[in-house]
Amino acid sequence: MLSFIVRRFAATLVVLLVASFIVYQLTAISGDPLAEIRASRDPNTQDRLRYLTGMLDLDVPPFLRYFYWLGGAAGCLVGRCDLGVSIAKGESLVTEALAGAIASTLQLIILATVLSILVGVAVGMTTALRQYSGYDYSVTFFAFVFYSLPIFWVAVLLKEYGAIRFNRFLADPTFGPWALTLIPLLLALIITGIAGGRLKTRIRVFLMSLVLSATLLVSLNITGWLTSPSIGMVGVVLLTALIAGVVLLLSTGFGQRRAVYVVGSMAIATGAMWLPGQYLFYYLQGPLGIVAIISIMAAIGVGLALTFGGDARVQIAKIAGLVGGLGGLVLVIDEAMQYWSTYLDLIPLKTGFVSTIGAVTPTIGREENMWLSLLDSYAHLILPTAALMIVSVAGYTRYARASLLEVLNQDYIRTARAKGLNERTVIVRHAFRNAMIPIATIIAFDISGLIGGAIITERVFAWDGMGALFSKGLNAVDVNLVMGFFLVTGLLAVIGNLVADLLYTALDPRIRVN
Amino acid sequence: MAKKKRNDDTQLNSEISIEQRETEGLSLGTIVRRRFLAHRAAIASLIALAVITLLAFTSVGIVIGGNGSLITDPNTGRLAVDGFRVPGWWTYNWYENYDILNPGGTPTMTLWPLSPGEHPFGQDTLGKDIFARVMRGTQQSLTVIFLVGLISTVLGVVIGSIAGFFRGWLDSLLMRFTDTIIIIPTLVLGAVLGRTFGGNAWSLGILLGLIAWTGLARLVRAEFLALREREFVDAARVAGASNFRIIFRHILPNSIGVIVVNATLLMSAAILIETSLSFLGFGITSPDISLGQIISEYNEAFKTRPWLFWYPGLFIVVIALAINFVGDGLRDAFDPRQRRLPRTDGAIQDLKRLIGKRRAGK
Repeated sequence: MLSFIVRRFAATLVVLLVASFIVYQLTAISGDPLAEIRASRDPNTQDRLRYLTGMLDLDVPPFLRYFYWLGGAAGCLVGRCDLGVSIAKGESLVTEALAGAIASTLQLIILATVLSILVGVAVGMTTALRQYSGYDYSVTFFAFVFYSLPIFWVAVLLKEYGAIRFNRFLADPTFGPWALTLIPLLLALIITGIAGGRLKTRIRVFLMSLVLSATLLVSLNITGWLTSPSIGMVGVVLLTALIAGVVLLLSTGFGQRRAVYVVGSMAIATGAMWLPGQYLFYYLQGPLGIVAIISIMAAIGVGLALTFGGDARVQIAKIAGLVGGLGGLVLVIDEAMQYWSTYLDLIPLKTGFVSTIGAVTPTIGREENMWLSLLDSYAHLILPTAALMIVSVAGYTRYARASLLEVLNQDYIRTARAKGLNERTVIVRHAFRNAMIPIATIIAFDISGLIGGAIITERVFAWDGMGALFSKGLNAVDVNLVMGFFLVTGLLAVIGNLVADLLYTALDPRIRVN
Repeated sequence: MAKKKRNDDTQLNSEISIEQRETEGLSLGTIVRRRFLAHRAAIASLIALAVITLLAFTSVGIVIGGNGSLITDPNTGRLAVDGFRVPGWWTYNWYENYDILNPGGTPTMTLWPLSPGEHPFGQDTLGKDIFARVMRGTQQSLTVIFLVGLISTVLGVVIGSIAGFFRGWLDSLLMRFTDTIIIIPTLVLGAVLGRTFGGNAWSLGILLGLIAWTGLARLVRAEFLALREREFVDAARVAGASNFRIIFRHILPNSIGVIVVNATLLMSAAILIETSLSFLGFGITSPDISLGQIISEYNEAFKTRPWLFWYPGLFIVVIALAINFVGDGLRDAFDPRQRRLPRTDGAIQDLKRLIGKRRAGK
């Protein structure tokens, strides 16, 4: 195994070296980095030219200059990184420019990737289970549409409709008669499509979801919840109960009495923790408080399950721990929401919650209050994340659907059904896990590719990350900056490839690395 | 005698499945064509593509040769495009400024009564006709798609088949080369190259074609690795066929499904990459135009003049979507496992049964 990893790594390292050489040469010949200075009429142009030429070794042909750069980059292996000086960034060090950019891009990409995987896999797998239904056809159609959307075009539309108009709506959030009829109808249609079944069940599901969603919207109108959204103790209990229901549905089902009792009591436990949680957040400022509440809730879940779980206590402990952790997350969100109106007041020009530009609002003292800075990051992340997600969700939906359909046609699924397992166990235990194998490897590949794809999103939303670094560097023929960008994406690609290989062998015992 | 033969036939037929019976005695081409023609979305997309292509190339005419830059015609003193221009049936062109007809240049197209008016897609601040610009942009984008599809398919097939067929050191060398290109994000490589060599549709199409073949090469190689072990290859070799003949006459036709489907998907990716690069300013650049370049130019005008933004975007989406659907139709047509059986359960069937019962009751 180890020799396999080493061999793979060595091979990809050579590939990375050659690729970096190509990028270096192509960038170097793409223009003259000193063109702007040469054209200026400043009297000390000559000195400046000489100075920059010496600093960037421009008198050395690019073919040799690459090895100077490589020598500096090789220093990273022993902890002394020297990626050169960037002229596009005011003669600052490339390593410094990269450090800030990586953090801000990773923030964007990690959130977008995690959400796309969750949404894409969930949607894709439900379409596979309802193959050739109206729901399947409509999802397939929309996946194709999303896949064909140019991201720069969507981003501009998102800015207008997702931010500016939506903020205007949030300023006076009441649903008109049209919205009150159309939204519940649409929701009911979607839910009916996912639920499937015979005509009678469908009609029942449709009517139920229609009434439920209409009531929800009307009560939102009456209570004015959207003007000052909060969850509160009751909301925490309801939300955790909902999470518990979903987790139970996917894991043990509602047949196991003990599991239902233990996991159900987690909803009440989370509600009971609401008041102590307020004190905890008051005394434990910073991210420590978040970690503390989530682990406390998970521990309560595991403890409850181990005490009352009976014979299946270990299995129930896993589920209850998960529900507890998610309940803790609900408490965290509840706490952040309490700062909603404070945050809205701090936004300059009162443009509204969803922000269209940059990654932070500078006027908000981010260091002083973690909750405000959390809300601020969230407000800035919504749009770029949505833009990045649209394309990747479409892709994952297609992969997940194809993968689950492939697995469902296998003989071992027929065997599992034949020996009398219920449908949930067949799907979740036997089909889902095997369907995830190819998807896991695709995900590993995708993460490296996403940084490249974020170039356009960052441009449209004025996000100061890796993509902005690249465009800036290429526009100024700043070879060092472009190479810094490439080094990061290239290394991520190498790691992604390796992880994909290892995941494949780890998840699928049939595959031997040699 | 005749009776016995029929007996043999039924004996033979009973051994093949229902799916096979439907396609019995048909050539692969016929089966694929029939399946493809049954895919309604793919056929509709193919027609839409044909209409768009025809519209784009005939409306504003084409330019043959030249470098696409704008020059002032010495005889008339008007702007003209470098190269030989074949005029189209549309009265306006994409580079001249006209008098602004509607206030602000809003589109003259009306749905009721349906009439395009003088400037159906509106005008920009200088009075340029947006319909002509979008048509020219579509031309350029279609040219890029075509070039990328052609070049990268040829490259991918040749490299993939050589690597898969000969294996050994040639395979490792070619695959490491493929890995090298893959590791550089396509958008990054396209931007770096486009800045130096790009500018117009032909150069951008050629250079994107030179970097987009990698995925196809890997797939073709995998296909060849599997097919070269099959009996028909041994048979061909025993019969004395040359390597060249085995590759192109025996193995390649068997992997045509993978190639055609992926070439289509590559072309739908090509229009998105081309428009993205042009949007960033590294692809097709002014004075030449493409759909992405138009959006980039009018990016800030969305609030005041949304039509400058809607129409080019709409054409990108429709073209990409149509190509994707054609690819989907081809995949279904080539995949022998894709076999749709009519559903016997579900709500629609229930409804039909219900209606049937009602009728019978009456």
